[in-house]
Amino acid sequence: MPQAQPEPGRERVLRPLHTGRPALRRRVWDACFVGASGLSAFVVMVPLALVVWHLLAKGLPELNLDFFLHLPKPVGETGGGMANAIVGTLILVGIATLIAVPVGVGAGVWLAEFGRGRLAAAVRYTADVMSGIPSIVVGVAVYGLVVVPMGRFSALAGGVALALLMLPTIIRSTEEVVRLVPRSYREAALALGAPRWRTTQDVVIPAASAGIVTSCLLALARASGETAPLLFTALGNRFWSLRVDQPMASMPVFIYDYARAPYDDWNRQAWTGALVLMLLVTLLSALVRLTTRRAPRP
Amino acid sequence: MSGALTVPALPAGAPRRRPGARWADEAYRRGLGALALLVFVVVALIVYEIARGAGPSIRAFGWHFLVGTEWDPVADRYGALPYVFGTAVSSGLAMLLALPLGLGTAIYLAELAPHRVDQAVSFVVELLASIPSIVYGIWGLFVLAPLLRTLVEPWLIQHFGFLPLFQGFPFGIGMLNAGIVLAIMVVPTIASLSREILLATPPSLREAALALGATRAEAIAVAVDAARPGILGAVILALGRAVGETMAVTMVIGNSNRISASLLAPGSTMASVIANEFTEATGALYLSALVEIALVLFALTLVMNAFARLLVLWATGGRSDAAGAA
Amino acid sequence: MKPEIRIRTHDFDLFYGAHHALKSVSLEVPANSVTAIIGPSGCGKSTLLRSFNRMNDLIPGVRVRGRVELSGLDVYAPGTDVVELRRHVGMVFQRANPFPKSIFENVAYGLRLLGVNRRAELEARVETSLRRAALWEEVRDRLGRSALALSGGQQQRLCIARALAVEPEVVLMDEPASALDPTATARVEELVLELKSRYTIVVVTHNMQQAARISDTTAFMMVGELVEVGETRSLFTRPRQKLTEDYITGRFG
Repeated sequence: MPQAQPEPGRERVLRPLHTGRPALRRRVWDACFVGASGLSAFVVMVPLALVVWHLLAKGLPELNLDFFLHLPKPVGETGGGMANAIVGTLILVGIATLIAVPVGVGAGVWLAEFGRGRLAAAVRYTADVMSGIPSIVVGVAVYGLVVVPMGRFSALAGGVALALLMLPTIIRSTEEVVRLVPRSYREAALALGAPRWRTTQDVVIPAASAGIVTSCLLALARASGETAPLLFTALGNRFWSLRVDQPMASMPVFIYDYARAPYDDWNRQAWTGALVLMLLVTLLSALVRLTTRRAPRP
Repeated sequence: MSGALTVPALPAGAPRRRPGARWADEAYRRGLGALALLVFVVVALIVYEIARGAGPSIRAFGWHFLVGTEWDPVADRYGALPYVFGTAVSSGLAMLLALPLGLGTAIYLAELAPHRVDQAVSFVVELLASIPSIVYGIWGLFVLAPLLRTLVEPWLIQHFGFLPLFQGFPFGIGMLNAGIVLAIMVVPTIASLSREILLATPPSLREAALALGATRAEAIAVAVDAARPGILGAVILALGRAVGETMAVTMVIGNSNRISASLLAPGSTMASVIANEFTEATGALYLSALVEIALVLFALTLVMNAFARLLVLWATGGRSDAAGAA
Repeated sequence: MKPEIRIRTHDFDLFYGAHHALKSVSLEVPANSVTAIIGPSGCGKSTLLRSFNRMNDLIPGVRVRGRVELSGLDVYAPGTDVVELRRHVGMVFQRANPFPKSIFENVAYGLRLLGVNRRAELEARVETSLRRAALWEEVRDRLGRSALALSGGQQQRLCIARALAVEPEVVLMDEPASALDPTATARVEELVLELKSRYTIVVVTHNMQQAARISDTTAFMMVGELVEVGETRSLFTRPRQKLTEDYITGRFG
């Protein structure tokens, strides 16, 4: 029998707790709390509205076909565009994708399919921590690792820097989506006598392919807006250049240079560039997020 | 059309592993594993390169580098304190503004908002996070700065000018501008991660509190209390981003290397001085000093991130995709 | 003498969106006794229990019709203060859900909400509640330790102590022992019997033996309807309804 019987004799006599409606203070605090949190959710959205509004107001007037088709004009001449920067960004992001996607997807698949134990945990953790390295630091490192040995700034160095920034995102989200593939798919393939690697390669990866593409696009969108790591890797270029061993223009660096320049005309073009960049990056990630939102989450 | 089709018989016999199968499995697994291990190689290379590049500066100045206030390329003497100070002030100000807003948003979304509102606002918050930093920079430079210069800063000087924080000339660009832009940039991190963490706390805690006669706010306070370690992790992650953010800050902080008590004064951060001076750094020691700033920045964000990731992982039981993606 | 009725529902209906979860339930719960609600899972017994303190309000899309009275007061009347209502109706959940705080702070939580802040009074009330929940002797030396370090059975009794601290009139228990081992279950059952002199207790359980052991009145529910209610012994020995008989003899559920 329990030894801890209540001992009514030893219970102290307590006066009844006050009854009645909760104190006014509590109700007021409750209302304030709820109101304040709703208000903060609203306030957080205000900057987005302002940024979008100003981008449209200041960027749209200068937006025309020339902007996409022409090279920058010298100071003093009006008009011109940033065709070289748009192409440059595509090339830089292309190089980065070529490097980061095979490595990132491979590593992500490994984590999801074979990643048990301490080694996998360490890879995961390192990838997470790597995503927190400031992009400017990555730029400095790539300057020393690629630019200095090559002897010049180059598109290749810029692509490598962007690849390093894309890598952790691709690894972790690939792992996430591959994990979502139902076990029954793997079991079905294994039960048919397929070896493990064929199962992963022919069944699991195709089943997760939409998600893998999505996560790569998300990383790509983020990388195409990056400026800091390009400043001293790809540098920038006012002229046409398609050579990967030469400095290359990019939209973010173009915007940065034009925004800081003391010419109104350049400043206006910087706004237009920012609008185009924002459309590129944000529409891409918005589309990606809208399509993935429908997919079941783990 | 009668009679069965003739189907060639499959090879019969006892199940027997083809000799290559085992080898192929192993090769595939190891191949992918090697790609995963590249992560270590990459991080090691970054660390090595930055440490190597910082070597001359470390040997020349030692610990004095961190407390010296002199940044003189002509005399080749470098002290990074103004930049450390600028990073601390701008990030601190950003957190001061972003923490209540981000946490309030997270609480509203996780605890109070109807499902549709939660989905819509969460989406907007994700969009905010995806805007390139250069866009925030141009906005801060051409929209926020004039606003601060003509309205906000004169008002602050007039009413709070007795505080050293608000003395000086209304430049528009400076610490205040950088702090506000950084706050806008890190609010999504705090809001979306804290929301995930609140959603991961057991609903039974709120039920228990409500059943005891707690008001909505009091029940939510119990959940927030239980989520505190995870929220702390989210805040440190956000702080890490603020500390490492480069372009937007470089455009709006004014790039002065003086230490000033006033939030209205221009300054510099570790990241912004690298962005500004790296390509112009002519001397070997000058370049090395900038690389050493990158090293300090790297070490700082590494420690913050490593700690914060642990907190977030622990708080969400390792389930949070935000822990990986944010 | 007719016993005082503490809770009374009259033609009470509850809908989750289009799902009709409770169908015209009329039930009387006598004061200072134990009432058990039994029935197969999904029959609405927990829903009914959670209607007594309006915990169902937390679920979006819930609509109710009919009356629930607590000591003669209309629980669903527009002017009812839900916070105050829940203060008078304690609740213990299926899984022990202590706050991630110390043992002391768990019990003191509801008191602090009511503005009790004097240390001496808090200590006295916490001790009284822990004694009533038969937990005092086990935890008196470690009140400052985390509640999560207690065993499952101890955690559940701590949750009972936490509910008792704010001096409720009614204690609702939603399968309080379903996650506990047999020993811990026995202790919770004993506790229920001890508590009924002070409180009106309603227990939802899927365990018929448990209902037979601890309750004075038993109500049997199926698919949202109250099939039969009566004195526990007679309901189990001489059920009036065929459905009840089938259920208690184990023909389904």
